[in-house]
Amino acid sequence: MSAPLTESSRPGLSPHTRMKNDAARGGWVLLAPERVLMLDPIAAEILTLCDGITEIGAIAEELARRHAAPREEVLVDVIEMLQGLRDKGLIIA
Amino acid sequence: MNALTNPVGPPLALLAELTHRCPLGCPYCSNPIALDRVRDELDTATWLRVIDEAASLGALQIHFSGGEPLVRRDLVTLVAHARKAGLYTNLITSAVLLDEARLESLRAAGLEHVQISFQDSQPTNADRIAGYEGGHEKKLAAARMVRAAGLALTINAVMHRQNLTHLPDMIALALDLGAGRLEIAHVQYYGWALANRQSLIPGRAEVRAAVLAVAAAREQLKGRLVIDHVVPDYYARRPKACMGGWARQFLNIAPSGLVLPCHAAQSIPGLRFDSVKERSLGEIWNHSEAFERFRGTSWMPEPCRSCERREVDFGGCRCQAMMLTGDAGATDPACELSPHHARLFETAMAESAVAPRAFIYRRYTKTPREEELPA
Repeated sequence: MSAPLTESSRPGLSPHTRMKNDAARGGWVLLAPERVLMLDPIAAEILTLCDGITEIGAIAEELARRHAAPREEVLVDVIEMLQGLRDKGLIIA
Repeated sequence: MNALTNPVGPPLALLAELTHRCPLGCPYCSNPIALDRVRDELDTATWLRVIDEAASLGALQIHFSGGEPLVRRDLVTLVAHARKAGLYTNLITSAVLLDEARLESLRAAGLEHVQISFQDSQPTNADRIAGYEGGHEKKLAAARMVRAAGLALTINAVMHRQNLTHLPDMIALALDLGAGRLEIAHVQYYGWALANRQSLIPGRAEVRAAVLAVAAAREQLKGRLVIDHVVPDYYARRPKACMGGWARQFLNIAPSGLVLPCHAAQSIPGLRFDSVKERSLGEIWNHSEAFERFRGTSWMPEPCRSCERREVDFGGCRCQAMMLTGDAGATDPACELSPHHARLFETAMAESAVAPRAFIYRRYTKTPREEELPA
Protein backbone atom coordinates (compact mmCIF):
# COMPACT_ATOMS: atom_id res chain seq x y z
CA MET A 1 0.00 0.00 0.00
CA SER A 2 1.28 3.49 -0.76
CA ALA A 3 2.25 5.84 2.08
CA PRO A 4 -0.40 8.39 3.08
CA LEU A 5 -0.10 11.92 1.73
CA THR A 6 1.05 14.66 4.09
CA GLU A 7 1.35 18.42 4.05
CA SER A 8 4.78 18.15 2.47
CA SER A 9 3.82 15.80 -0.39
CA ARG A 10 4.16 17.27 -3.89
CA PRO A 11 1.26 15.94 -5.95
CA GLY A 12 1.08 16.05 -9.72
CA LEU A 13 -1.00 14.35 -12.38
CA SER A 14 0.16 10.85 -13.26
CA PRO A 15 1.98 10.86 -16.62
CA HIS A 16 -0.93 8.85 -18.03
CA THR A 17 -3.65 11.19 -16.81
CA ARG A 18 -4.74 14.48 -18.32
CA MET A 19 -7.32 17.15 -17.61
CA LYS A 20 -9.63 18.34 -20.32
CA ASN A 21 -12.15 21.14 -20.47
CA ASP A 22 -15.15 19.33 -21.86
CA ALA A 23 -17.54 21.50 -23.83
CA ALA A 24 -20.20 18.77 -24.18
CA ARG A 25 -20.60 18.44 -20.41
CA GLY A 26 -19.62 21.96 -19.41
CA GLY A 27 -16.78 21.28 -17.00
CA TRP A 28 -13.39 19.73 -16.39
CA VAL A 29 -12.83 16.01 -16.73
CA LEU A 30 -9.89 13.83 -15.81
CA LEU A 31 -8.92 11.27 -18.45
CA ALA A 32 -6.93 8.13 -17.67
CA PRO A 33 -6.74 4.54 -18.91
CA GLU A 34 -10.37 3.32 -19.04
CA ARG A 35 -11.35 6.06 -16.61
CA VAL A 36 -13.22 9.30 -16.96
CA LEU A 37 -13.76 11.41 -13.86
CA MET A 38 -16.08 14.42 -13.94
CA LEU A 39 -14.52 17.10 -11.75
CA ASP A 40 -16.53 19.60 -9.76
CA PRO A 41 -15.15 23.18 -9.85
CA ILE A 42 -13.31 22.79 -6.52
CA ALA A 43 -11.64 19.50 -7.53
CA ALA A 44 -10.62 21.06 -10.83
CA GLU A 45 -9.16 24.05 -9.00
CA ILE A 46 -7.16 21.81 -6.65
CA LEU A 47 -5.80 19.71 -9.51
CA THR A 48 -4.75 22.79 -11.46
CA LEU A 49 -2.47 23.62 -8.53
CA CYS A 50 -0.92 20.14 -8.49
CA ASP A 51 2.21 20.66 -10.55
CA GLY A 52 4.45 18.07 -8.93
CA ILE A 53 6.52 20.82 -7.27
CA THR A 54 4.18 22.70 -4.95
CA GLU A 55 3.63 21.09 -1.53
CA ILE A 56 0.11 20.25 -0.37
CA GLY A 57 0.54 22.73 2.51
CA ALA A 58 1.12 25.56 0.04
CA ILE A 59 -1.78 24.42 -2.13
CA ALA A 60 -4.09 24.50 0.89
CA GLU A 61 -2.80 27.95 1.82
CA GLU A 62 -3.49 29.31 -1.65
CA LEU A 63 -7.01 27.85 -1.67
CA ALA A 64 -7.70 29.18 1.83
CA ARG A 65 -6.64 32.64 0.68
CA ARG A 66 -8.77 32.52 -2.48
CA HIS A 67 -11.90 31.32 -0.71
CA ALA A 68 -11.35 33.09 2.63
CA ALA A 69 -11.58 29.75 4.46
CA PRO A 70 -9.59 28.40 7.44
CA ARG A 71 -6.34 26.80 6.18
CA GLU A 72 -6.53 23.75 8.48
CA GLU A 73 -10.01 22.81 7.26
CA VAL A 74 -9.00 23.27 3.64
CA LEU A 75 -5.91 21.14 4.23
CA VAL A 76 -7.96 18.19 5.53
CA ASP A 77 -10.27 18.34 2.50
CA VAL A 78 -7.41 18.66 0.02
CA ILE A 79 -5.52 15.68 1.47
CA GLU A 80 -8.65 13.55 1.51
CA MET A 81 -9.44 14.26 -2.13
CA LEU A 82 -5.88 13.79 -3.36
CA GLN A 83 -5.41 10.57 -1.37
CA GLY A 84 -8.44 9.12 -3.14
CA LEU A 85 -7.03 10.07 -6.53
CA ARG A 86 -3.61 8.68 -5.65
CA ASP A 87 -5.10 5.35 -4.55
CA LYS A 88 -6.72 5.16 -7.98
CA GLY A 89 -3.39 5.88 -9.68
CA LEU A 90 -4.63 9.16 -11.16
CA ILE A 91 -2.04 11.35 -9.44
CA ILE A 92 1.46 10.76 -8.15
CA ALA A 93 3.17 12.38 -5.17
CA MET B 1 -37.32 8.26 -22.85
CA ASN B 2 -38.71 11.60 -24.00
CA ALA B 3 -36.14 13.31 -26.22
CA LEU B 4 -37.51 16.78 -25.48
CA THR B 5 -37.50 16.75 -21.71
CA ASN B 6 -34.74 14.23 -21.21
CA PRO B 7 -32.23 14.48 -24.04
CA VAL B 8 -29.71 11.71 -24.55
CA GLY B 9 -26.42 12.61 -22.88
CA PRO B 10 -23.14 12.44 -24.76
CA PRO B 11 -21.33 9.09 -25.11
CA LEU B 12 -18.22 8.53 -23.01
CA ALA B 13 -16.26 6.45 -25.44
CA LEU B 14 -16.07 5.01 -28.92
CA LEU B 15 -14.94 1.44 -29.48
CA ALA B 16 -13.51 1.43 -33.00
CA GLU B 17 -13.25 -2.14 -34.28
CA LEU B 18 -11.03 -1.45 -37.25
CA THR B 19 -10.93 -5.00 -38.56
CA HIS B 20 -11.89 -8.56 -37.72
CA ARG B 21 -8.56 -9.87 -39.06
CA CYS B 22 -6.40 -11.34 -36.29
CA PRO B 23 -3.45 -13.74 -36.18
CA LEU B 24 -4.67 -15.34 -32.93
CA GLY B 25 -7.42 -17.92 -32.70
CA CYS B 26 -8.72 -17.48 -29.13
CA PRO B 27 -11.73 -19.77 -28.62
CA TYR B 28 -13.50 -17.03 -26.60
CA CYS B 29 -13.06 -14.22 -29.13
CA SER B 30 -15.63 -11.45 -28.60
CA ASN B 31 -16.04 -10.85 -32.33
CA PRO B 32 -19.26 -12.17 -33.86
CA ILE B 33 -19.27 -15.65 -35.42
CA ALA B 34 -19.93 -14.04 -38.81
CA LEU B 35 -16.80 -11.93 -39.30
CA ASP B 36 -16.67 -8.82 -41.50
CA ARG B 37 -14.58 -9.25 -44.66
CA VAL B 38 -11.57 -7.09 -45.53
CA ARG B 39 -13.26 -5.61 -48.58
CA ASP B 40 -16.14 -4.39 -46.42
CA GLU B 41 -13.89 -2.54 -43.94
CA LEU B 42 -14.33 1.23 -43.66
CA ASP B 43 -11.71 3.27 -45.49
CA THR B 44 -9.41 5.80 -43.85
CA ALA B 45 -11.43 8.86 -44.88
CA THR B 46 -14.60 7.50 -43.31
CA TRP B 47 -12.83 6.67 -40.06
CA LEU B 48 -11.35 10.18 -39.92
CA ARG B 49 -14.83 11.67 -40.34
CA VAL B 50 -16.26 9.34 -37.70
CA ILE B 51 -13.53 10.30 -35.23
CA ASP B 52 -14.38 13.99 -35.66
CA GLU B 53 -18.07 13.24 -35.22
CA ALA B 54 -17.39 11.23 -32.05
CA ALA B 55 -15.35 14.07 -30.56
CA SER B 56 -17.97 16.72 -31.35
CA LEU B 57 -20.67 14.45 -29.92
CA GLY B 58 -18.77 14.57 -26.61
CA ALA B 59 -16.93 11.24 -26.60
CA LEU B 60 -13.82 11.51 -24.44
CA GLN B 61 -11.98 8.29 -25.22
CA ILE B 62 -11.41 6.13 -28.26
CA HIS B 63 -10.44 2.48 -28.12
CA PHE B 64 -8.82 1.18 -31.29
CA SER B 65 -9.62 -2.49 -31.34
CA GLY B 66 -10.45 -5.40 -33.62
CA GLY B 67 -9.61 -8.15 -34.46
CA GLU B 68 -6.08 -6.97 -34.39
CA PRO B 69 -5.97 -3.21 -35.08
CA LEU B 70 -2.24 -3.34 -35.95
CA VAL B 71 -3.05 -5.05 -39.25
CA ARG B 72 -4.56 -1.75 -40.46
CA ARG B 73 -1.89 0.25 -42.29
CA ASP B 74 -3.63 3.53 -41.44
CA LEU B 75 -3.60 2.97 -37.66
CA VAL B 76 -1.00 5.70 -37.00
CA THR B 77 -3.00 8.20 -39.08
CA LEU B 78 -6.17 7.39 -37.15
CA VAL B 79 -4.45 7.65 -33.77
CA ALA B 80 -2.91 11.02 -34.67
CA HIS B 81 -6.29 12.31 -35.81
CA ALA B 82 -8.05 11.11 -32.66
CA ARG B 83 -5.47 12.70 -30.41
CA LYS B 84 -5.70 15.98 -32.30
CA ALA B 85 -9.47 15.85 -31.80
CA GLY B 86 -8.81 15.69 -28.03
CA LEU B 87 -9.75 12.04 -27.49
CA TYR B 88 -7.85 9.91 -24.99
CA THR B 89 -6.32 7.29 -27.26
CA ASN B 90 -6.17 3.65 -26.37
CA LEU B 91 -4.96 0.64 -28.36
CA ILE B 92 -6.39 -2.78 -27.53
CA THR B 93 -4.08 -5.33 -29.07
CA SER B 94 -2.76 -8.88 -29.00
CA ALA B 95 0.64 -7.16 -29.49
CA VAL B 96 2.16 -10.03 -31.47
CA LEU B 97 2.59 -7.68 -34.45
CA LEU B 98 4.02 -4.78 -32.45
CA ASP B 99 7.65 -3.85 -33.12
CA GLU B 100 9.84 -0.90 -32.01
CA ALA B 101 9.31 1.13 -35.18
CA ARG B 102 5.53 0.81 -35.15
CA LEU B 103 5.35 1.64 -31.47
CA GLU B 104 7.52 4.72 -31.95
CA SER B 105 5.23 5.97 -34.75
CA LEU B 106 2.20 5.38 -32.55
CA ARG B 107 3.81 7.16 -29.62
CA ALA B 108 4.76 10.11 -31.82
CA ALA B 109 1.17 10.19 -33.12
CA GLY B 110 -0.01 10.71 -29.54
CA LEU B 111 -1.05 7.25 -28.42
CA GLU B 112 -1.56 7.26 -24.65
CA HIS B 113 -2.51 3.79 -23.50
CA VAL B 114 -1.92 0.24 -24.69
CA GLN B 115 -3.88 -2.80 -23.52
CA ILE B 116 -2.28 -6.17 -24.19
CA SER B 117 -4.23 -9.38 -23.78
CA PHE B 118 -2.57 -12.37 -22.11
CA GLN B 119 -4.02 -15.85 -22.45
CA ASP B 120 -2.17 -17.23 -19.42
CA SER B 121 0.91 -16.66 -17.25
CA GLN B 122 2.47 -19.92 -18.48
CA PRO B 123 3.89 -19.62 -22.01
CA THR B 124 2.97 -23.09 -23.32
CA ASN B 125 -0.59 -22.95 -22.11
CA ALA B 126 -0.96 -19.34 -23.27
CA ASP B 127 0.13 -20.22 -26.81
CA ARG B 128 -2.12 -23.28 -26.87
CA ILE B 129 -5.15 -21.21 -25.85
CA ALA B 130 -4.38 -18.47 -28.38
CA GLY B 131 -3.67 -21.04 -31.09
CA TYR B 132 -0.48 -19.09 -31.91
CA GLU B 133 2.97 -20.47 -31.27
CA GLY B 134 5.47 -18.03 -29.74
CA GLY B 135 2.77 -15.45 -29.07
CA HIS B 136 3.33 -15.21 -25.31
CA GLU B 137 7.04 -14.38 -25.75
CA LYS B 138 6.15 -11.63 -28.24
CA LYS B 139 3.57 -10.18 -25.86
CA LEU B 140 6.10 -10.00 -23.03
CA ALA B 141 8.57 -8.18 -25.27
CA ALA B 142 5.87 -5.83 -26.54
CA ALA B 143 4.69 -4.99 -23.02
CA ARG B 144 8.24 -4.05 -22.04
CA MET B 145 8.57 -1.87 -25.16
CA VAL B 146 5.35 -0.08 -24.26
CA ARG B 147 6.65 0.75 -20.80
CA ALA B 148 10.06 1.78 -22.13
CA ALA B 149 8.25 4.17 -24.51
CA GLY B 150 6.54 5.72 -21.46
CA LEU B 151 2.99 4.75 -22.41
CA ALA B 152 0.37 3.55 -19.96
CA LEU B 153 0.02 -0.23 -19.97
CA THR B 154 -2.96 -2.39 -19.10
CA ILE B 155 -2.73 -6.16 -19.00
CA ASN B 156 -5.97 -7.86 -20.03
CA ALA B 157 -6.02 -11.27 -18.40
CA VAL B 158 -8.73 -13.42 -19.90
CA MET B 159 -9.71 -16.06 -17.35
CA HIS B 160 -11.57 -19.39 -17.57
CA ARG B 161 -11.33 -22.94 -16.24
CA GLN B 162 -8.09 -23.67 -18.11
CA ASN B 163 -6.11 -20.86 -16.43
CA LEU B 164 -8.08 -19.53 -13.45
CA THR B 165 -5.84 -21.15 -10.83
CA HIS B 166 -2.95 -19.09 -12.28
CA LEU B 167 -4.61 -15.83 -11.30
CA PRO B 168 -1.98 -14.92 -8.65
CA ASP B 169 0.72 -15.39 -11.31
CA MET B 170 -1.17 -13.14 -13.69
CA ILE B 171 -1.23 -10.41 -11.02
CA ALA B 172 2.52 -10.89 -10.48
CA LEU B 173 3.08 -10.74 -14.24
CA ALA B 174 1.22 -7.43 -14.50
CA LEU B 175 3.38 -5.98 -11.72
CA ASP B 176 6.56 -7.33 -13.24
CA LEU B 177 5.72 -5.78 -16.61
CA GLY B 178 5.08 -2.38 -15.00
CA ALA B 179 1.40 -2.23 -15.85
CA GLY B 180 -0.63 0.46 -14.11
CA ARG B 181 -3.83 -1.47 -14.61
CA LEU B 182 -4.90 -5.08 -14.75
CA GLU B 183 -8.22 -6.06 -16.22
CA ILE B 184 -9.33 -9.49 -15.07
CA ALA B 185 -11.85 -10.47 -17.68
CA HIS B 186 -13.69 -13.69 -17.06
CA VAL B 187 -14.84 -15.06 -20.38
CA GLN B 188 -18.33 -13.91 -21.29
CA TYR B 189 -20.33 -16.57 -23.06
CA TYR B 190 -21.42 -15.12 -26.37
CA GLY B 191 -20.54 -16.16 -29.92
CA TRP B 192 -17.27 -18.06 -30.00
CA ALA B 193 -17.10 -18.47 -26.24
CA LEU B 194 -20.60 -19.91 -26.17
CA ALA B 195 -19.50 -22.52 -28.71
CA ASN B 196 -16.62 -23.40 -26.33
CA ARG B 197 -18.47 -22.92 -23.06
CA GLN B 198 -17.99 -26.39 -21.68
CA SER B 199 -14.23 -26.09 -22.19
CA LEU B 200 -14.06 -22.66 -20.56
CA ILE B 201 -16.55 -22.31 -17.74
CA PRO B 202 -14.92 -22.58 -14.30
CA GLY B 203 -16.36 -24.24 -11.22
CA ARG B 204 -17.90 -22.25 -8.41
CA ALA B 205 -15.10 -22.93 -5.91
CA GLU B 206 -12.44 -21.66 -8.35
CA VAL B 207 -14.45 -18.52 -9.01
CA ARG B 208 -14.91 -17.88 -5.32
CA ALA B 209 -11.15 -18.27 -4.70
CA ALA B 210 -10.45 -15.85 -7.57
CA VAL B 211 -12.81 -13.22 -6.18
CA LEU B 212 -11.12 -13.41 -2.77
CA ALA B 213 -7.62 -13.31 -4.29
CA VAL B 214 -8.49 -10.23 -6.33
CA ALA B 215 -10.01 -8.41 -3.36
CA ALA B 216 -6.86 -9.02 -1.30
CA ALA B 217 -4.50 -8.00 -4.13
CA ARG B 218 -6.53 -4.87 -4.85
CA GLU B 219 -6.19 -3.69 -1.26
CA GLN B 220 -2.51 -4.59 -1.05
CA LEU B 221 -1.62 -2.94 -4.38
CA LYS B 222 -3.68 0.24 -3.94
CA GLY B 223 -1.85 3.13 -5.63
CA ARG B 224 0.42 0.74 -7.58
CA LEU B 225 -1.90 -1.36 -9.70
CA VAL B 226 -5.54 -0.68 -10.52
CA ILE B 227 -7.40 -3.99 -10.80
CA ASP B 228 -10.73 -4.18 -12.60
CA HIS B 229 -12.64 -7.40 -12.12
CA VAL B 230 -16.11 -8.46 -13.14
CA VAL B 231 -17.46 -11.63 -11.55
CA PRO B 232 -18.51 -14.16 -14.19
CA ASP B 233 -22.22 -13.90 -14.87
CA TYR B 234 -23.17 -17.52 -14.34
CA TYR B 235 -22.23 -17.35 -10.66
CA ALA B 236 -23.37 -13.79 -10.00
CA ARG B 237 -26.42 -12.88 -7.93
CA ARG B 238 -27.04 -9.64 -9.75
CA PRO B 239 -26.22 -8.89 -13.39
CA LYS B 240 -23.39 -6.64 -14.54
CA ALA B 241 -24.32 -3.17 -15.78
CA CYS B 242 -23.50 -4.28 -19.30
CA MET B 243 -21.87 -1.41 -21.24
CA GLY B 244 -22.89 0.86 -18.33
CA GLY B 245 -26.44 0.59 -19.68
CA TRP B 246 -27.56 0.10 -23.28
CA ALA B 247 -26.77 3.14 -25.47
CA ARG B 248 -25.88 5.19 -22.42
CA GLN B 249 -22.08 5.48 -22.53
CA PHE B 250 -20.63 3.55 -25.47
CA LEU B 251 -20.71 3.36 -29.23
CA ASN B 252 -19.20 0.37 -30.96
CA ILE B 253 -18.39 0.57 -34.65
CA ALA B 254 -17.91 -2.74 -36.45
CA PRO B 255 -15.28 -2.96 -39.23
CA SER B 256 -17.95 -2.58 -41.92
CA GLY B 257 -19.33 0.59 -40.35
CA LEU B 258 -22.40 -0.66 -38.52
CA VAL B 259 -22.87 1.20 -35.25
CA LEU B 260 -23.74 -1.08 -32.35
CA PRO B 261 -24.68 -0.37 -28.73
CA CYS B 262 -22.30 -3.21 -27.79
CA HIS B 263 -19.95 -5.52 -29.67
CA ALA B 264 -22.32 -8.51 -29.41
CA ALA B 265 -25.52 -6.67 -30.34
CA GLN B 266 -25.75 -8.32 -33.75
CA SER B 267 -26.67 -11.53 -31.94
CA ILE B 268 -30.10 -10.01 -31.28
CA PRO B 269 -32.37 -10.81 -34.22
CA GLY B 270 -34.64 -8.11 -35.56
CA LEU B 271 -32.59 -5.12 -34.39
CA ARG B 272 -31.85 -2.70 -37.21
CA PHE B 273 -28.41 -1.11 -37.09
CA ASP B 274 -27.35 2.00 -38.95
CA SER B 275 -24.06 2.43 -40.76
CA VAL B 276 -21.72 5.42 -40.64
CA LYS B 277 -21.63 5.05 -44.41
CA GLU B 278 -25.22 6.35 -44.46
CA ARG B 279 -25.79 8.49 -41.38
CA SER B 280 -23.70 10.68 -39.11
CA LEU B 281 -22.62 9.30 -35.76
CA GLY B 282 -24.67 11.98 -33.98
CA GLU B 283 -27.87 10.97 -35.76
CA ILE B 284 -27.20 7.34 -34.98
CA TRP B 285 -26.43 7.95 -31.30
CA ASN B 286 -29.56 10.02 -30.85
CA HIS B 287 -32.05 8.26 -33.11
CA SER B 288 -30.89 4.83 -34.28
CA GLU B 289 -33.63 2.26 -33.74
CA ALA B 290 -31.16 -0.19 -32.22
CA PHE B 291 -29.99 2.42 -29.70
CA GLU B 292 -33.49 3.54 -28.78
CA ARG B 293 -34.80 -0.01 -28.33
CA PHE B 294 -33.34 -0.65 -24.84
CA ARG B 295 -32.22 2.82 -23.81
CA GLY B 296 -33.32 4.03 -20.39
CA THR B 297 -35.80 2.05 -18.28
CA SER B 298 -39.16 2.25 -20.08
CA TRP B 299 -38.57 -0.98 -22.07
CA MET B 300 -38.10 -2.98 -18.88
CA PRO B 301 -40.32 -5.85 -17.79
CA GLU B 302 -40.83 -6.87 -14.17
CA PRO B 303 -38.92 -7.53 -11.95
CA CYS B 304 -36.60 -4.85 -13.45
CA ARG B 305 -39.20 -2.10 -13.88
CA SER B 306 -39.87 -1.65 -10.17
CA CYS B 307 -36.40 -2.76 -9.01
CA GLU B 308 -34.40 -0.25 -7.00
CA ARG B 309 -31.32 -1.32 -8.98
CA ARG B 310 -32.87 -0.56 -12.38
CA GLU B 311 -30.51 2.38 -12.88
CA VAL B 312 -27.58 0.54 -11.31
CA ASP B 313 -27.42 -2.52 -13.57
CA PHE B 314 -29.93 -1.40 -16.25
CA GLY B 315 -31.41 -4.88 -16.42
CA GLY B 316 -28.06 -6.49 -17.22
CA CYS B 317 -27.11 -7.72 -20.67
CA ARG B 318 -29.58 -7.77 -23.58
CA CYS B 319 -27.53 -10.23 -25.63
CA GLN B 320 -27.34 -12.67 -22.75
CA ALA B 321 -31.09 -12.37 -22.16
CA MET B 322 -31.60 -13.16 -25.85
CA MET B 323 -29.28 -16.12 -25.82
CA LEU B 324 -30.57 -17.75 -22.67
CA THR B 325 -34.27 -16.91 -22.71
CA GLY B 326 -34.96 -16.25 -26.39
CA ASP B 327 -36.17 -12.74 -25.51
CA ALA B 328 -33.77 -9.78 -25.67
CA GLY B 329 -36.24 -7.75 -23.61
CA ALA B 330 -36.22 -10.14 -20.64
CA THR B 331 -34.38 -9.66 -17.35
CA ASP B 332 -30.80 -10.91 -17.68
CA PRO B 333 -30.80 -14.47 -16.22
CA ALA B 334 -27.61 -13.51 -14.33
CA CYS B 335 -30.02 -11.81 -11.91
CA GLU B 336 -31.29 -14.08 -9.16
CA LEU B 337 -34.73 -12.50 -9.59
CA SER B 338 -34.97 -13.94 -13.11
CA PRO B 339 -37.01 -17.17 -13.38
CA HIS B 340 -34.15 -18.53 -15.56
CA HIS B 341 -31.43 -17.90 -12.98
CA ALA B 342 -31.40 -21.37 -11.42
CA ARG B 343 -30.99 -23.02 -14.81
CA LEU B 344 -28.00 -20.77 -15.58
CA PHE B 345 -26.28 -21.75 -12.38
CA GLU B 346 -27.03 -25.44 -12.94
CA THR B 347 -25.63 -25.26 -16.48
CA ALA B 348 -22.41 -23.73 -15.18
CA MET B 349 -22.05 -26.32 -12.42
CA ALA B 350 -22.77 -29.21 -14.79
CA GLU B 351 -20.49 -28.10 -17.62
CA SER B 352 -17.59 -27.20 -15.33
CA ALA B 353 -17.74 -30.67 -13.75
CA VAL B 354 -17.09 -32.61 -16.97
CA ALA B 355 -13.88 -32.77 -18.98
CA PRO B 356 -13.24 -29.90 -21.43
CA ARG B 357 -13.54 -30.70 -25.15
CA ALA B 358 -11.10 -29.67 -27.88
CA PHE B 359 -11.34 -25.95 -28.58
CA ILE B 360 -13.16 -24.64 -31.61
CA TYR B 361 -10.63 -21.95 -32.51
CA ARG B 362 -11.75 -18.67 -33.95
CA ARG B 363 -10.12 -18.40 -37.36
CA TYR B 364 -10.56 -15.51 -39.73
CA THR B 365 -10.71 -17.79 -42.72
CA LYS B 366 -12.95 -20.43 -41.22
CA THR B 367 -16.21 -20.18 -39.33
CA PRO B 368 -17.43 -23.23 -37.46
CA ARG B 369 -20.01 -25.36 -39.24
CA GLU B 370 -23.47 -25.50 -37.76
CA GLU B 371 -22.97 -29.04 -36.46
CA GLU B 372 -19.93 -27.91 -34.45
CA LEU B 373 -21.97 -25.42 -32.47
CA PRO B 374 -24.02 -26.43 -29.45
CA ALA B 375 -27.75 -26.34 -29.98
